[in-house]
Amino acid sequence: MNRLFVTLIAVFLYSLPAHAGFDDAINQATAPIASAIGSFVFFKIPLFGAQLPVVVLWLVIGAVFFTFYMGFVNVSGFKHAIHLVRGDYADPDSPGEVSHFQALATAVSGTVGIGNIGGVAVAVTIGGAGATFWLIVAGFLGMSTKFVECTLGVKYRNENPDGSVSGGPMYYMKKGFEERGMAGFGKFMGTFYAIGIFIGALGIGNMFQSNQAYVQLNTVAGGALDGLGWLVGLILAIVVFAVIIGGIKSIARVTEKVVPFMAIFYCLFAIIVILMNYASIPAAIGNIFSGAFTGAGVQGGAIGALIIGFQRAVFSNEAGIGSASIAHAAVRTPEPVTEGYVSLLEPFIDTIVICTITALVIGTSQVADPNFAGDATGVAMTSAAFERQISWFPVPLAFGALLFAFSTMISWSYYGLKGWTYLFGEAQLGQTIYKLIFCAFVALGCMVQLGPILDISDALVFLICVPNILGLYFLAPIVRREMLSYKARLASGEIKRYDH
Amino acid sequence: MSNSVLVAVDGSEGGNRALQYASERAKLGGAKLIVTYVIEWSPYSFNTPEENAERHVRREQEIERATSSVVEPAAALLKAEGIECETVVRHGPPAETLIKLAEKHGVQQIVIGRRGQSGIKSLLFGSVAGNLVQTSPVPVVVVP
Repeated sequence: MNRLFVTLIAVFLYSLPAHAGFDDAINQATAPIASAIGSFVFFKIPLFGAQLPVVVLWLVIGAVFFTFYMGFVNVSGFKHAIHLVRGDYADPDSPGEVSHFQALATAVSGTVGIGNIGGVAVAVTIGGAGATFWLIVAGFLGMSTKFVECTLGVKYRNENPDGSVSGGPMYYMKKGFEERGMAGFGKFMGTFYAIGIFIGALGIGNMFQSNQAYVQLNTVAGGALDGLGWLVGLILAIVVFAVIIGGIKSIARVTEKVVPFMAIFYCLFAIIVILMNYASIPAAIGNIFSGAFTGAGVQGGAIGALIIGFQRAVFSNEAGIGSASIAHAAVRTPEPVTEGYVSLLEPFIDTIVICTITALVIGTSQVADPNFAGDATGVAMTSAAFERQISWFPVPLAFGALLFAFSTMISWSYYGLKGWTYLFGEAQLGQTIYKLIFCAFVALGCMVQLGPILDISDALVFLICVPNILGLYFLAPIVRREMLSYKARLASGEIKRYDH
Repeated sequence: MSNSVLVAVDGSEGGNRALQYASERAKLGGAKLIVTYVIEWSPYSFNTPEENAERHVRREQEIERATSSVVEPAAALLKAEGIECETVVRHGPPAETLIKLAEKHGVQQIVIGRRGQSGIKSLLFGSVAGNLVQTSPVPVVVVP
């Protein structure tokens, strides 16, 4: 993995002087590396004619296990999660700390990214309409995984000497295993995860985002930006640089405030498009269900659709990756499990609501005109589906994609940095080095084709999921105990609900 | 019912005028003053991960700043004049928080300074005094 990392940087630095066909050169250089790393990490098991990547199996088994082990908390805890977000259980005598709402909003704007727009299109292109069904199932099961990881994130976070907090899988591995008398193993797992997240941040939370933002900009520009990926990448990298290194926090703050409204705006228009395609709605929904179990036209049939659905779901909602627990850890609560409840809303909003809406926009368009997008895939396909009904929509969509990508990149730069500082300490120089690498990959993302980027990113996600879910199995009993104790105290009235 | 008045301060000119007015009344009527500083804050804002991670420290700094630079000096001044007072520093939406505190302390009156915002600004962001006057359970004095 380290070699991949070094090679990618070398490739990037080597090709810095811009010339014609620059993007092509980058592409040709990275494609073989991507496929090599992809085939190494993505070891596949042949199953009923489909190739089942071990990572998908790993995620599915984890999510199913946590759903059962936590007594379907994704269903039973849903209402309570909403009460918590509304502040019904917030102590009215200590306002001013990070609220449940704020922690959730921050985590959601980190996960709501291009995956919700472009990732779904990728899923439908490769896995057929049926992939949508499995995407939703994955989102539903992922709620339980999130519940476990975010509870742990708050419970085992670190209070730094300066009063700020750091949390996330590396901390819950280290401290949680210590508590279970396995300090050595915990240390190893924490380090394993920290390496995973700081490298992984360069794929899912970086290159994939900048790539798709560029693609959508180019679509809107009518191809005027062909071969200029390096320029768009450079500009994006400079803006990210200004925020994470230059400390121009106002850009991040503005983005953070605009993104939720963009998400609502996106959903609103998506619903309008779906309604405009009303004649195709029943057939589109029918395709989702029939495709899920027959997998008609999909390589590997139903299993193929399932694999794709789960892959894109985790890519979008990050359940099992542990990244969100870094964001959720900032909340201040005497009951860590409350943040677990709140966090289960995240895959719900991200996958079950937003991804499904995108899938229906594409699905209904496909029913009306199977060839509506031509060869386009990813975000360009989603854009084409919108354009069929609202001709001007690709322009605001490009703007939205840019913002989604940007906010996700900012969040992930923070997640990656937390992995880095866990390993190398808080020294400024080290942090700056990491941030520079991060910016370089933002630029790189715009120069490479979507295919190799997805291969690299998927591989890196796997790298993060392995230590995280393994750790979650060991620590789940602690979460379950907390949950049962909390529920009992809630029922007995020991935990009070306030009337605000 | 105790004879007490809640006065809102924030270090601004308007806040100082409110304090001045309230202390004169308190001296005349022998009332107790609840000197209140509400730090504008909402649990429903959108923050970056870093802002959240540093929130606890910021909160303490905000409370410390409000206490040491505004509330404590005001209380010292009142005590020097022989007026009984109590101080509160609290985060929250201003008007709503003032009302909650007024109810909690059972005051007879709220005294608040005017910010003197332009029409458009208060139309967009609302005015604390305006909201307070509309929703307060006790009489409100807005000091110009």
